[in-house]
Amino acid sequence: MKGMLLAAWRYRFFIISSIRTELYSKFIRSRLGGLWLILNPLAQVVIFAFVLSSVLSARLPGISNHYAYAIYLMSGILGWSLFSEIVNRCLNLFIDNGNLLKKLVFPKIALPLIVTGSAIVNNLLLFAAILAIFGLLGHLPGPALLFLPFLMVLTIALALGLGLVLGVFNVFIRDIGQVVPVVMQFLFWLTPIVYTTDTIPAEYRDLLKLNPLLPIITGYQDTLLYDRAPDWSALGLIVLISVFFLAFSLLLLRKAAPDMVDQL
Amino acid sequence: MSGQLRVQNLGKAYRDWGSEWRRMASWLVPGIAPRKEHWVLQEVSFTVRPGEAVGIVGQNGAGKSTLLKLITGTTHASKGSIEIAGQVAAILELGMGFNPDLTGRQNVWHAAGLMGRSRQEIERAMPDIEAFAEIGEYFDQPVRTYSSGMQMRVTFSVATAFCPDLLIVDEALSVGDTYFQHKSFDRIREFQQRGCSLLIVSHDRAAVQALCNRAILLDHGRVRKDGNPEEVMDFYNALIAEKENQKRVVLQHASGKLQTVSGSGEAVLKRVELLDAAGLPLEFVGVGQAVQLAIEAEISRDIPQLVMGYMIKDRLGQTVFGTNTWFTGQVVNDIKADSHIEYRVAFPMNLGPGSYSIAVALHAHATHITENYEWRDLACVFQVTNHDQNDFVGSTWMTPGIEVRQSSEQVRVTSAQRTG
Repeated sequence: MKGMLLAAWRYRFFIISSIRTELYSKFIRSRLGGLWLILNPLAQVVIFAFVLSSVLSARLPGISNHYAYAIYLMSGILGWSLFSEIVNRCLNLFIDNGNLLKKLVFPKIALPLIVTGSAIVNNLLLFAAILAIFGLLGHLPGPALLFLPFLMVLTIALALGLGLVLGVFNVFIRDIGQVVPVVMQFLFWLTPIVYTTDTIPAEYRDLLKLNPLLPIITGYQDTLLYDRAPDWSALGLIVLISVFFLAFSLLLLRKAAPDMVDQL
Repeated sequence: MSGQLRVQNLGKAYRDWGSEWRRMASWLVPGIAPRKEHWVLQEVSFTVRPGEAVGIVGQNGAGKSTLLKLITGTTHASKGSIEIAGQVAAILELGMGFNPDLTGRQNVWHAAGLMGRSRQEIERAMPDIEAFAEIGEYFDQPVRTYSSGMQMRVTFSVATAFCPDLLIVDEALSVGDTYFQHKSFDRIREFQQRGCSLLIVSHDRAAVQALCNRAILLDHGRVRKDGNPEEVMDFYNALIAEKENQKRVVLQHASGKLQTVSGSGEAVLKRVELLDAAGLPLEFVGVGQAVQLAIEAEISRDIPQLVMGYMIKDRLGQTVFGTNTWFTGQVVNDIKADSHIEYRVAFPMNLGPGSYSIAVALHAHATHITENYEWRDLACVFQVTNHDQNDFVGSTWMTPGIEVRQSSEQVRVTSAQRTG
């Protein structure tokens, strides 16, 4: 564990330059260049904010703002997009970098760190876009915003732990790469992002609690929309789950690494 | 002690677990054994001392690349150990991880970072990398606009920008045009002089013999031979020609070198001798002297056709000249058993002073690869000395006709200028 971190530190220059390259290569041959980095998330948010909220213009109880639903939606999307980007990228991480892993010696931990780094940058840009829209809608988040960094770290930990375990397994059983995107679709609709928990029948609400994303996404909505602290008791369990998955994935990475290179 | 490598009893097996679940269980539960093991390397042991250059040769699938990957550390050994003292750099494939949309310079940053270099180190090495690649303004253009040769130049420059203690190279030496090939050879020689050890995989006999002071022959995952490059390459050559029921003998030649004789034996060499114009045996030959090579073959079984070839090699085993009766259009057809065939090859010894050997082969076609009756290295060894020609250097004697013209007026002018 300590060795892994030390190796990552030695490769810090490579990790940072890779993240930069990754962001840069997205728009390198486009006219608008770096503007796309902000235009893309902005477009995504605008679609959710205006189109979806005018179609489903339900008012949320206890909130006076007419655009409450749009804000609710965007809060959930912010958390979800961070989670899903990391999981989806980790899933094919080792397969995509197979040639590199076979031919060069470098700490494997660098790969997920690059993914995490670029996901954070993307998410922060989305967050900036969302804040801008919030401003337009006349909703300014309150002091509960201070809880957001904690929620982000937790989301990253859960996504990384889960994604790496799936990524390692995917090298050996490629079906996982096909199944996971489908499962992610289900997970999106099983998480109250587009709808609120109250809209589903009471007898199913307990089932919803099995979804580890529920406390996180609710936390995002709490801090961004309702301006209140997230539900710590529910989040405590998620912290434990995340730490477990993260530790398991690092162990797996170490144990499976020799086999993995031969299988790629 | 830097650049030392010790490989002991190394083995690598690709494992078949029967099912992927079994494999995954084996990571967590000790004692679960694979169903089948396929060994690609077995009992490989050797040492590379600091400053030594070792060539690894062998046919495709002999396990060369696997061995290099094990030493570099990308794959893990199933058995045995590898001890390395010092920093290792490997060029297993050129152009790894290059992004076509980035410029050469940006890719160099990226590739050097991937080698674990820090920002400062790369910054310091950058001018040198740019200068060595010699691609001018293209260095700041996207790599997708490069020719493949230019890309090779950049990759080779990064890969060798930092002098390691042990450099591992896999078939990457023959990159780019002749000019750049010379440059890359020079760079590797320079590393060697600075005390860096070398491990090279190559099929290029000339490269191995020019760069290495030892060679290791791998065959079916095992070390077949370990010795000086010339002997090993001769043995390798014979191995390529090896077919079923062929025998191969390695003899200690009178000169102390090891001699390889191989072949299926339908035709054997009875006599190989270097004679002077009068037909007397020679061991010391003067530069430019007329000589003849006398070769006698004995045929033990009916064969459809016979080709005799010979090759003159220098002290390092590099071929100086070689031809065969296929190329000269003198193939002998339908030979009955128990017949004798005699060849006389007459030529002037237009070689520079030094020690040379002649390898002779009897085979059926243009090369000895398919039907090799007998191949004999060091069939004859001789010395070339210069006693009646003007002094010269080099391995070839090219009779020069030098004309010197002196214009007295010009000489006066130049000397006048000098004094003035």
